Amino acid sequence: MGKVILEVKDLTTKYITRFKEDVYAVDHVSLKVEEGKSLGIAGESGCGKSTLALSLMGYYFPPLYYTSGDIIIDGKHISGMDPDEVRKTILGKEIAYIPQAAMNALNPTQKIINFVEDVVRAHNPSATKKDIYDMARQRFEFLGLPANVLDKYAVELSGGMKQRTVIAISVILGPKVLIADEPSSALDVTSQKMVIKMLRDLMDKGIIKAMIFITHELPLLYNVTNDIMVMYAGQIVERGSAKEAVFDPLHPYAKGLMGSIIVPEEGLRNVKLTAIPGVPPNLKHPPAGCRFAERCKFAKPECRVISVQIKEAGPGRTYRCIFSESELREAYKNG
Amino acid sequence: MAEKRKLCLSAKGLTKVFGFGKTRTVAVDNVDFSFYEGEVISIVGESGSGKTTLSKMLLGLINETEGEIFFLGQKRDIRSQRNKQEYWKNIQAIFQDPFSSYNIFNKIDSVLLDCIKMRGGGNLPKEKKIEMMREACSFVNLKFDELTNKYPFELSGGQMQRLMIARIFLLKPKILLADEPTSMIDACSRATILDMLMELRKEIGMTVIFITHDIGLAYYVSDSVYIMEHGKFVESGTPDEVILHPKQPYTKRLINDVPKIYEEWDLSTVG
Ligand SMILES: Nc1ncnc2c1ncn2[C@@H]1O[C@H](COP(=O)(O)OP(=O)(O)OP(=O)(O)O)[C@@H](O)[C@H]1O
Ligand SMILES: Nc1ncnc2c1ncn2[C@@H]1O[C@H](COP(=O)(O)OP(=O)(O)OP(=O)(O)O)[C@@H](O)[C@H]1O
Ligand SMILES: [Mg+2]
Ligand SMILES: [Mg+2]
Repeated sequence: MGKVILEVKDLTTKYITRFKEDVYAVDHVSLKVEEGKSLGIAGESGCGKSTLALSLMGYYFPPLYYTSGDIIIDGKHISGMDPDEVRKTILGKEIAYIPQAAMNALNPTQKIINFVEDVVRAHNPSATKKDIYDMARQRFEFLGLPANVLDKYAVELSGGMKQRTVIAISVILGPKVLIADEPSSALDVTSQKMVIKMLRDLMDKGIIKAMIFITHELPLLYNVTNDIMVMYAGQIVERGSAKEAVFDPLHPYAKGLMGSIIVPEEGLRNVKLTAIPGVPPNLKHPPAGCRFAERCKFAKPECRVISVQIKEAGPGRTYRCIFSESELREAYKNG
Repeated sequence: MAEKRKLCLSAKGLTKVFGFGKTRTVAVDNVDFSFYEGEVISIVGESGSGKTTLSKMLLGLINETEGEIFFLGQKRDIRSQRNKQEYWKNIQAIFQDPFSSYNIFNKIDSVLLDCIKMRGGGNLPKEKKIEMMREACSFVNLKFDELTNKYPFELSGGQMQRLMIARIFLLKPKILLADEPTSMIDACSRATILDMLMELRKEIGMTVIFITHDIGLAYYVSDSVYIMEHGKFVESGTPDEVILHPKQPYTKRLINDVPKIYEEWDLSTVG
């Protein structure tokens, strides 16, 4: 087993709404990412993927609050750290985060090099313009981006180029972990592939040591990350290798999710998609038992009362369901 | 799609040019097509290839620079406001960003009521209208009673998409044009929405035009696929022809760029 770069133990965080209601968007989540490995996070809209990303960076600003659990980045405990301190010392240096839709949030009146300066100066206020420019140029070229991008405005770049620029800036300080939240969902297939190639290059060229990739596109995760974790209503319901998670999922929700993949490959035109009926529970009042029970076609009455713990199913493989592995496989065989 | 296919929407030499001089862009470049009644058509192409511009012309939201559009075999004439309103009873759209399609000052009940009015049901008794709205909501798995008095922005993205389909259910247009209807939602909700659309299409016999980057979706749902490059249709045919056995280099590249799970996905081709 490799060195653990990122470890999260039993992390619970919540939003407190304007009406003083608690929304438990990350509920007892544990995960580890080893050096050289990438983890994909999948799950329905609103299941807590982006909140998990913010939470595991220690980025707690209202209405998001830390409740309990540990976060350890390369041996350093950051849970309980002051969020302003996190912003200064962790963000960009230990962990870099590319938020959802970041590429459309670039200030249109600034050149790309100005963003690079902002990022570098946040950590090293005395860096000179020339040093930053040289460093940026080198890094951009190393990642296959033309250096003249630095002198352009965001609006002058195509969607794909803009997104790759955002990624290159995010990793300019050489963070250990990169978290990319839906970095390619808004792009066409060709630009998307370039983004994916770049993310893989960041790992291969050792610019980052570990990566978390969040997307609802399972075929993408399958092609990018070593492991895949599926979230449902704030909890992890399945974790395994990309192959296991896609081709042999255990949790009924993960199974349903995999059944909704459409890929343009021979013979897949006539498969029936498994749309999962119903909607996820409200996270203000999550149900007592299994959170998926209400939508699960295999649920038994006790599923709605017993709160299910994560179970091991082989090395690095876990799932959250009262049924055993063999019971689940049997159930899937019978449809 | 047997013996006598009836023309639904077709065009000859359709062209749209934006700007002039240095900024001149030919967004749609001399395209011809014939879409038939009840067909599901996908128009696939890279960003900027002209898909949205084409769909806006089909919807009559922008004027064509050149060429002609035919509706049910007749040359379309929507110059007068009255003809335009009449045309819009027949063609409806779902957009990528569901939030952009609602008037923020209108409550959900009135969004649905407007649909009933548009179909000439304005004078129906109130109970009948409520029954129709309830039926439309239950078709898309929404609870009408929980929606009344709410504004569209109080809904989640997924609920919003479903509300759009409920509108279509009430409007029963001949043609539905869906511009990237599922790009913002997860695979699972996408499957639900596709199911609903396909069900609805069967029920009211609509022609559905999908505009999309999503080649998996195009392969899965369509009867015919059109590939768009720089404003031109470079290849068209059945999904098996176009997507599994593409002939044009552009199509080949697009297909190659889709992440695969049963075959090897070749990343080395990235330029
Ligand atoms: N500022 C907030 N205040 C209260 N609740 C919030 C807030 N932001 C998010 N939530 C809730 O927290 C839950 C998780 O949201 P989150 O954005 O993490 O989901 P996600 O999995 O990233 O979804 P998506 O795929 O749509 O990006 C949702 O139920 C959401 O409604
Ligand atoms: N109102 C406009 N004025 C000037 N140029 C425009 C206008 N609308 C579109 N264009 C140009 O026309 C071309 C086609 O754009 P269009 O939006 O139709 O592409 P698209 O295929 O829908 O792209 P995407 O997949 O990104 O939505 C682009 O070069 C675009 O910049
Ligand atoms: Mg998110
Ligand atoms: Mg478009």
